[in-house]
Amino acid sequence: MKPVAHTSLRNTAAAVMASLVAASLLFLHPVAQGESPPTAVFWLMLVVLAGAALWTIRRVAAIHGTRFDGVLTAALFGLWVLYFWQVLVVALEVPRVLLPAPSLIVQSLMDNPDKLWGDFSQTVLKAVCVGWLLGSGLGFAVAVAIDRMPFLQRGLLPLASLTSTVPLVAVAPIAVMWFGFDWPSKAAVVVLMTFFPMLVSTLAGLKSAGKLERELMHSYAASYSRTLWSLRLPAATPFIFGALKVNATLALIGAIVAEFFGSPTVGLGFRISTEAARMNMSLVWGAIVVAAVTGSLAYALLVQLERRAAFWHPSIRGK
Amino acid sequence: MATSNKPAPPHWARRMWDTGVPVAVLLIVFLLIWYAAAWGMNGTAAVERVLEPAGNPWTWQELLLTTWNMERPVLPAPHQIALDFWSGLVDWPLDSPRNLLFHVAVTGETTLVGFVLGTLLGLVLAVLIVHSNTLDRALLPWIVASQTVPVLAIAPIVLVILGSLGLEGLAPKAVIAMYLSFFPVTVAMVQGLRSPLVIETEMMHTYAASRWQSLWMLRLPAALPFLFPALRVGIAASLVGAMVAELPTGATAGLGARLLTGSYYGNTLAIWSALVMSALLGLLLTTLVAATEHLALRHRRQP
Repeated sequence: MKPVAHTSLRNTAAAVMASLVAASLLFLHPVAQGESPPTAVFWLMLVVLAGAALWTIRRVAAIHGTRFDGVLTAALFGLWVLYFWQVLVVALEVPRVLLPAPSLIVQSLMDNPDKLWGDFSQTVLKAVCVGWLLGSGLGFAVAVAIDRMPFLQRGLLPLASLTSTVPLVAVAPIAVMWFGFDWPSKAAVVVLMTFFPMLVSTLAGLKSAGKLERELMHSYAASYSRTLWSLRLPAATPFIFGALKVNATLALIGAIVAEFFGSPTVGLGFRISTEAARMNMSLVWGAIVVAAVTGSLAYALLVQLERRAAFWHPSIRGK
Repeated sequence: MATSNKPAPPHWARRMWDTGVPVAVLLIVFLLIWYAAAWGMNGTAAVERVLEPAGNPWTWQELLLTTWNMERPVLPAPHQIALDFWSGLVDWPLDSPRNLLFHVAVTGETTLVGFVLGTLLGLVLAVLIVHSNTLDRALLPWIVASQTVPVLAIAPIVLVILGSLGLEGLAPKAVIAMYLSFFPVTVAMVQGLRSPLVIETEMMHTYAASRWQSLWMLRLPAALPFLFPALRVGIAASLVGAMVAELPTGATAGLGARLLTGSYYGNTLAIWSALVMSALLGLLLTTLVAATEHLALRHRRQP
């Protein structure tokens, strides 16, 4: 695919700008502000704008060869989805219970910073962080510990792989019974959910060092611990980070779902389930936004950390 | 597979010996630890609730037996769970909410319906994404990014929305199971549908094959090895979705509902039985997918 000529690029940028300006003008229309019932003219303008939106997305998607072209289309698409969500929900007067407008969700984020911060610190800072660190740490430690015991490895690996097919989050009621309603029970569920992926990945990672390299270490008469430290653990870092990333999502899911089974009156899962029962949907969406942003931020952070820690690895070096 | 021209799988007996024995040993050790833990965790309650009220002095054998047969233990002993599980299977009629199979049927139905719908949705999306540059660049990044987000948290919202649209019962739960299982299928299928080599797609082109033909004869078969691992992930996610979907509705049927009622009434044994049952259901469903994979790909030699 050859890069698009500069004039065409400039035209696309102009088209995007023009459509965005038109969109913001239409946004000020009384119908889009919810001040008057929708008219035929408004619908006509909206349909034209939708056509323009699709066209700009296609134009941007056809750009190749610039640095940001991958993200650009997705960002523009997301922007248009948000825009039409907002305008359509307001114009059609969709009940808030069904789908609150994005502006209402932002409003609820602004209105309840204390509540949501409390939920965030309860669920993420306590349950998820502690559980994720403990579970991943334990998985790693056990994997390194049984590295020299092939018998245990052969026994543990099949069992550990089986756990991925089992809904582990279902241990939540038992955890609540043992550790009480507060965050330790959620952390316990998270430990259980994150332990096995880390164990399996670390074991696979420790086996991933190449034969040549291992033989080189052997020819240096390197001790077991020296080989482990200088060759096999570094070779395992991509696997370990892979598990850390998977575990970050699993930990959030585990903590939130465990709160559905019983929790003190704070926490993201508690907020989502109780406010959904009270039909206060904009706050539910607010809590979900917090959870989603946390998940993606944690993921992005781990990707960055991986680049720092394993900058020499072929899978990273190329980027 | 009874194919005569191929050599028998290498040393299956040896493979059994290599993994079967360690697994069995580990399981036995695990059971022993469990009994010890049951004794440790139920000890105080056993003394307070059973042995002291009886008044007589008691021996340590009595204590041990009591901790393993408590009515509401902190940690039930494995044989208690096995007995409760068995009685949950056979002691009640199939349509009674005390029968575990009744709950399995409810959750299994939701899981399967959601899984089938999710797989179809994932396939359609993947085919569209592969054939449309615009969708590929606009939609796929969002689908990939959504893997980092706890999408299960939206379950209560889906229930409320579909509930206010008048949908109840199976449909909302199946929708949740569906949207959990379509992500992995979409991502894997996009990768799989793109896996044919350039030389192969060019050959289809020289045959003047239409898009449909090259999709049907080249891309789909090439994508199958990518599809099945995603299906295994998808059906496990679908089961979790089905169970979690039973929680906020106050549903009375299904394994998730059984877990919830068990924890309301402090009925430890019921929780553990439901837990074992959901683990077995998860294993069974994944095995079914793996068996289908084996059947579908049996003509391909694994390198």
